Amino acid sequence: MPNKIRKLLSGNEAMALAAYHSGCALGAGYPGTPSTEILEAFSTLGGYAEWAPNEKVAAEVALGAAFGESSALVTMKHVGFNVAQDLFFTASYSGVQGALVIVVADDPGMASSQNEQDTRSLALAGGLPVLEPSDSQEAYDFVKLAFELSRKWSIPFVIRTTTRIAHSNTVVEFNPEAAPLPQSNFTRDVASRVMVPGHAKPAHKRLRAKFSEMLDWNEKFGPNKAIESSDKSLCIISSGVAFQHALEAAPGAAFFKVGFSNPLPVEKIAAFAADYERCVVVEEGDPYMTTLLRAAGVKAEKRDEKWRFGELNVDIVKAQIAGDLSYEMPVFKARPPQLCQSCPHTFSFKPLVELGCIVAGDIGCYTLAAMKPISGMDMQICMGASIGLGLGLRKVLPEEQARKVVSVIGDSTFFHSGIPGLVEMVYNPPKTGHLVVVVDNSTTAMTGQQENPGTGRRLDRSPAKVVSIEAVAKAIGVDDVQVFNPVRDGEKIKKFISEKLSGNGLALVVLRQPCILAAANLAKLKQGGR
Amino acid sequence: MRDMKGDTITNVRIAGLGGMGVLKAALVLGELLFEEGYDVKKAEVHGMSQRGGSISSDIRFGKKVLSPMIPFGEINYLLSLQPEWSDVHKAALAPGGIVISPGDFDVSKLRSSKAVNVAALGVLSRHLDIPELRWLETLKKFFAEKLHEANEEAFLLGRNGK
Repeated sequence: MPNKIRKLLSGNEAMALAAYHSGCALGAGYPGTPSTEILEAFSTLGGYAEWAPNEKVAAEVALGAAFGESSALVTMKHVGFNVAQDLFFTASYSGVQGALVIVVADDPGMASSQNEQDTRSLALAGGLPVLEPSDSQEAYDFVKLAFELSRKWSIPFVIRTTTRIAHSNTVVEFNPEAAPLPQSNFTRDVASRVMVPGHAKPAHKRLRAKFSEMLDWNEKFGPNKAIESSDKSLCIISSGVAFQHALEAAPGAAFFKVGFSNPLPVEKIAAFAADYERCVVVEEGDPYMTTLLRAAGVKAEKRDEKWRFGELNVDIVKAQIAGDLSYEMPVFKARPPQLCQSCPHTFSFKPLVELGCIVAGDIGCYTLAAMKPISGMDMQICMGASIGLGLGLRKVLPEEQARKVVSVIGDSTFFHSGIPGLVEMVYNPPKTGHLVVVVDNSTTAMTGQQENPGTGRRLDRSPAKVVSIEAVAKAIGVDDVQVFNPVRDGEKIKKFISEKLSGNGLALVVLRQPCILAAANLAKLKQGGR
Repeated sequence: MRDMKGDTITNVRIAGLGGMGVLKAALVLGELLFEEGYDVKKAEVHGMSQRGGSISSDIRFGKKVLSPMIPFGEINYLLSLQPEWSDVHKAALAPGGIVISPGDFDVSKLRSSKAVNVAALGVLSRHLDIPELRWLETLKKFFAEKLHEANEEAFLLGRNGK
């Protein structure tokens, strides 16, 4: 038996290590803060990892591997979970023959996201069991456990992390032995995997029967922790990093720390809470446990809406426990992020601003162009939405305004979910036509320069076939497809856009110039570094 | 010198702008303290920071650390690498908390302005009971070999004053 090793690891690094030690044959995902580093670390350890065009495709690839009796990992941020949801809501019915672990990283406080949804609420709706680590040690332990439980119950398991789990480094102790990759094999089982109504009806019942078994197991043996106190005035129910804040905020209280939160071990919590005068639930995000516990008649206090918003910390948790609704967290004046000096995106937006365009934007570094000093974007909702939003506006606005509408999308976002929008444009064109501008900086810059189908490299930087944006656009049937360099071709670009806005055709223009930060790293790569 | 024994938790916040090496300095400090046998937690928010926005990292160490984030009013050492933007964190200092900034050393003596983070760690090292050699060894672990000499100079500039 080798000696245990101790390391200071981020939650993301710890989860990658756990996957590696669990015999995970394949990791797939799409970059998204704060989840991105998991697959990068898994690849560095020697695991097979890939960036898929989007989270749904990543999830499909991982589920396919799990249908082949392998162990697979899929990672994404919370909004990526929405993209993959169509698969997951039925993968919970089909189950898996190997193991499938889904890591979803929530971003309470929206450090780098467009909303602050709670993965637990979605997993509850989709019939997916959830484990919630509260530090890097548990991130390691719970991913290992999730692989075991996924195989045991033949169901995908969700690990819900948050920014302060994903990006905090804490001490992890582990046994360095990696499990061998489980033997892969395909066995025909049409009734489990072809989800037509006749198969899905019994599958839905099987899913709920599994939940009943998992609940029973969780009540008896689940990775939850009860810390009793001789002071019977207060008990706190908590999970994730909120537990660490609460433990520091109320050192004398009793604690029930939930590790396996769907299905929630309600009876165990009820029995625990019965001994204490007050029962406060401290959780980050939705009142997920609060609602379930209160619905089951557990005397947990109703949580004020004030505690739903943003990230928790020790001070906020103290205020919640004290019921201090007047508490306001001190805010430090911060310099907002901005596009780098001489970033190609600053050039790309110039003609659009000068021509007074109505810009339907998308997600990436270039979203920063919505802010001063560029002020060049009018809307941004989610990945890939720019094209559909622009087309909808073109169809209803008075002609003079409709002619000013342009959709702007990045290269990685184009591959992620821009292509169906382009099909819509060709299939249902507005009377005034439309113009899509692809700001191609040849990397997924926002999340830290990850590769994508257009860069010619895979996750591990090995060479890949380039998927050409212009070839895709032409094949779909866009009338006019052009490529310019935004830094050098300013006047030409302005002239082209101006012409297209006054015509009635469909056009796509690629403004291609590599990200200046990625260019420096690429030079290093070419010298043989990684 | 800070009392680092018993149940005391020591809280260090490194603050500056994206691209200044805030996260790198936090990585070095966290690893050093961990190797010295402390329980360590390091928290940060990154993702958009490389685009010049404000950034900070919390490093907490002691016998047993709970929350990875420093509560308001409990910062013992603030490494304010870009005072115009990072001095706002002074509001969250503990009583007697110490601010370390580029004003504590002669920046013009640095081979590269990028080494401000390492020099600030040098100033911090005056307050923490850890042998100089251990700092220098840990720094080497996190930087390319061609930077080792310049980093050692920067660290010693901070450690030994102007």
